[in-house]
Amino acid sequence: MKKSITLKLNREQRTVEVEPSDILLDVLREKIGVKSPKIGCERGDCGACTVLLDGKSVRSCLILAIEADGRQITTVEGLSHAGLTPLQRSFLKHGAFQCGFCAPGIVLSATELLDKNPHPSEAEVKEAVAGNLCRCTGYKPIIDAILAVSAPSVKAGGLK
Amino acid sequence: MAIAHQFEYVKPGSLREAVKTLARYGSRARILAGGTDLVSLIAEDMVKPETVVDIKGLPGLNKIEFKDGVLSIGALVTFSDLRDSPAVAKKFPVLREMTGWLASVGIRNRATVMGNLCSAVPCCDSGPVLLVYDAMVLVTGPGGKRKVPLRDWFVGPRKTVLKRGEIATGVAVPLPGKKHAACFVKLRRYEGEDLAQASVTVLALAGNSYRISFGAVAPRPLRAGRIEALLEGKALSDELVEQAVRLVPQEIAPITDIRATKEYRTLMAGVMLERGLRAAVARLAGAGPAYGTSLI
Repeated sequence: MKKSITLKLNREQRTVEVEPSDILLDVLREKIGVKSPKIGCERGDCGACTVLLDGKSVRSCLILAIEADGRQITTVEGLSHAGLTPLQRSFLKHGAFQCGFCAPGIVLSATELLDKNPHPSEAEVKEAVAGNLCRCTGYKPIIDAILAVSAPSVKAGGLK
Repeated sequence: MAIAHQFEYVKPGSLREAVKTLARYGSRARILAGGTDLVSLIAEDMVKPETVVDIKGLPGLNKIEFKDGVLSIGALVTFSDLRDSPAVAKKFPVLREMTGWLASVGIRNRATVMGNLCSAVPCCDSGPVLLVYDAMVLVTGPGGKRKVPLRDWFVGPRKTVLKRGEIATGVAVPLPGKKHAACFVKLRRYEGEDLAQASVTVLALAGNSYRISFGAVAPRPLRAGRIEALLEGKALSDELVEQAVRLVPQEIAPITDIRATKEYRTLMAGVMLERGLRAAVARLAGAGPAYGTSLI
């Protein structure tokens, strides 16, 4: 039975009709039209569908849309409302992505990390992105790009 | 991939209401907390509930509390909550050690400790670690409340003693009265997120007592009673470690699957027991590798 849910997506209030079985990822992409969360493994392994739910990175392929009623969701589209964040600029500068399929998920995972811990160690960076599979880069430029905005003098945050 | 199976979704606001709903639907209902397991099971048509009961609206179940020597972990506490808890870091550092090798941040932010115990897959990480603390699962059902020792909780792969209509509301983890230290060793195919090929947890107590558990090497996480009995009251020596490792094949019953062969699991369980024992004893003496250091 369809139910109406309201969520705050990228600072905008959205109301959509969903079936209880509708997956958040599908609703974001197909009903709302936000395409940065990608359809990858659809079982929580690859991280391509990552979104921030109340600021925390989650797998939108493993969440029912109905569970997101009343919650706040951020995708890459919402990070860049005032231009690219320092983190995104660092990814560009380091040529951190090739095909870009994993990029939205990695940007969000790294955003969450830096909001929580502005100066992470390399081990903490690796832990934060370990659940986001990248088949192109070997991760080196990704980790370098995150570490570059983690230096004590740099303010990298994206959410606040 | 849209989910083909259709179901009803309810989100009760009280435990009483949740139990009533669960009792009404019986085996046709499934409890939803983090959903990292349930949603993929439904998507893959492995389970087909008529009703999904989301317990995230139940008050008070998202708390971690340390009081009177007991750590209470509510049913909605995620692995990230556990990892970030100062009480856990201070009093139960091996629980925190376990969270660092469990899945990925994106899963830990959502997956609950209780969900891990209720899913009861043999390779779960929380089960073996909580077993060495003699943890108790707190259950509420139509007949009232009961406490189940974690030792009796797991029945087999994906099976627990939780009855239809019941809901596991939390787990109580008593801090051992004696000075102690512990170690969790997890074998994985690679760095980053992976399920355990085998895991060993060792808790060493002052006075040469030891509690030992294994994961992913039997139909359920288990305590190693024979090895514990062998070690009881004895200071760790090379010879004793060797004797303990020789008992490993009698304690475990691993299978061959996509992640490892039973022979490899058996061999590595012995290697990991040795390293875990030595690390836990060294930590008890104030030395040893820092918690979070991988020993394998």
